[in-house]
Amino acid sequence: MIVRFFSALGAPLLAFFQYLGEIMLLAADTFRSIFTHKLRWKLFLNQVVEIGLLSQLVVVITGAFTGAVFAAQTFFQFNKIGMGSATGAVVSVSICRELGPVLTALMVAGRVGAAMSAEIGTMKVTEQIDALRALAVYPTDYLVVPRALAMMVSMPLLVAECIAVGIAAGYFVAIFMLEINGTYYMANMVRWTRNRDIIMGLSKAFCFGVLIVFISCQKGLSAREGAVGVGRATTEAVVNSSLAILICNFFLTMLLNIIYPAGYQ
Amino acid sequence: MIEAPPSPKPSTKPHLVPGNSSPMVAVRSLAKKIGEQEILRGVDLEVTRGETLAIIGRSGGGKSVLLKHLVGLMEPDAGEIWIEGQNIIGLTERQLGAVREKIGILFQGAALFDSMTVAENIAFPLREAGERNPKVLREKVREMLDVVELEGQEEKMPESLSGGMKKRVGLARSIVRRPSCVLYDEPTSGLDPVVSDSINRLIRRLQKRLGMTSVVVTHDMKSAFDVANHVAYLHEGRIYFYGTPNQLQQTSDPILQDFLLGRSDGTGD
Repeated sequence: MIVRFFSALGAPLLAFFQYLGEIMLLAADTFRSIFTHKLRWKLFLNQVVEIGLLSQLVVVITGAFTGAVFAAQTFFQFNKIGMGSATGAVVSVSICRELGPVLTALMVAGRVGAAMSAEIGTMKVTEQIDALRALAVYPTDYLVVPRALAMMVSMPLLVAECIAVGIAAGYFVAIFMLEINGTYYMANMVRWTRNRDIIMGLSKAFCFGVLIVFISCQKGLSAREGAVGVGRATTEAVVNSSLAILICNFFLTMLLNIIYPAGYQ
Repeated sequence: MIEAPPSPKPSTKPHLVPGNSSPMVAVRSLAKKIGEQEILRGVDLEVTRGETLAIIGRSGGGKSVLLKHLVGLMEPDAGEIWIEGQNIIGLTERQLGAVREKIGILFQGAALFDSMTVAENIAFPLREAGERNPKVLREKVREMLDVVELEGQEEKMPESLSGGMKKRVGLARSIVRRPSCVLYDEPTSGLDPVVSDSINRLIRRLQKRLGMTSVVVTHDMKSAFDVANHVAYLHEGRIYFYGTPNQLQQTSDPILQDFLLGRSDGTGD
């Protein structure tokens, strides 16, 4: 009974650690390649366009409506105790430290992570990756490195954009729809929002970008069994990336709060 | 392994090409298991420089698996693979790069990069080797398309090509860097007899014009007889027969007879 319990527990645990190991090995291989091999600039720039430029609309809409609804909800609660003008500070700090990076990362995981894993997965099942290898091209150099670097560059910029749009949307809702005094709103926001809040958001963005790219590429590279396998890899890439973002966000918050403590000090 | 009629007796001894110092490809006791299934059970084989060897056998018999081992795309459980005197077993993926530059491979489904045009596919190995001059690349692509008789198809995307055209483009891509050996995985499968014949002519022409060593995996007997200097029959994970196409045609071995005549009852009658 006990043996059966542990063996039932052991197999999925082993599979999970093997999966983590594969992601770590891919990450190690990619970073080694970044520092020791020539970058394919054209592929890198294509990926910057794909990840950064073409995600703009999604990120702007996410940031704008999150900022707007957060400002409204905060005002509804704070106004009851006469603190309506503190709305700007709450919106700004929250978007910088949590909402901006997390929501942007989730949107990018859905849009870009899925595309990465589907594209690489299709290449895998149609022997295009074998063809790359047979043509003496190392798949990590060609497929993963440009995507990883583009993600590392694009994600902080996308999050910065999301934060800026979110704060702006919150401001417009607060001033023009909820009729908060603009001067107090801005004064509180500037007073309570520090550089470290922005740095924390951008640091998280970088980490989330790394998570998305390695989880998605690993899923694509291990895709099997034709169209069904590619579909499964794509779904798992999005689900696993999203879960990893949410889980790591907690630990990153606790860790980064030691380096960049919250609040006015 | 059987080497010649009239008394073909299966043997597992490695085939040695008489009078040949360094074969292009040599395989020693190659074994591979996938899951619970033993695909290769000790394959011994040699391919002489400049010759065309056809590896024949039933579908699912491990021919493509054997071919992928030759270029290091699969790792064997046991055995050795020597390419131009270098054992490739144990080499890392990056170290294999140098070996792979000597070998071209035509995949069963051609494996063209579907995001690239025909010209970009063919120029890909040259670009990766550092060639950036557009004029040189254009010239090379045109030359290769001329070799595979697909002039003027540079700008087409792989999805708009027929099966035969895809295989020709795949072949052009695999030979553009002039490898010393080309591996063909089922080059004529799924093609009509006329297109199959043109692919066979192409293989012969490459051998004659460029002196390339070829290994052709096929179960198309007409193709094997058309192109090969030697034929190896892979049966139950081992080389069961090795000889010339003539020797194969004259054999009275029941297993080979069943395969050649397409008999499924296995009686040899």
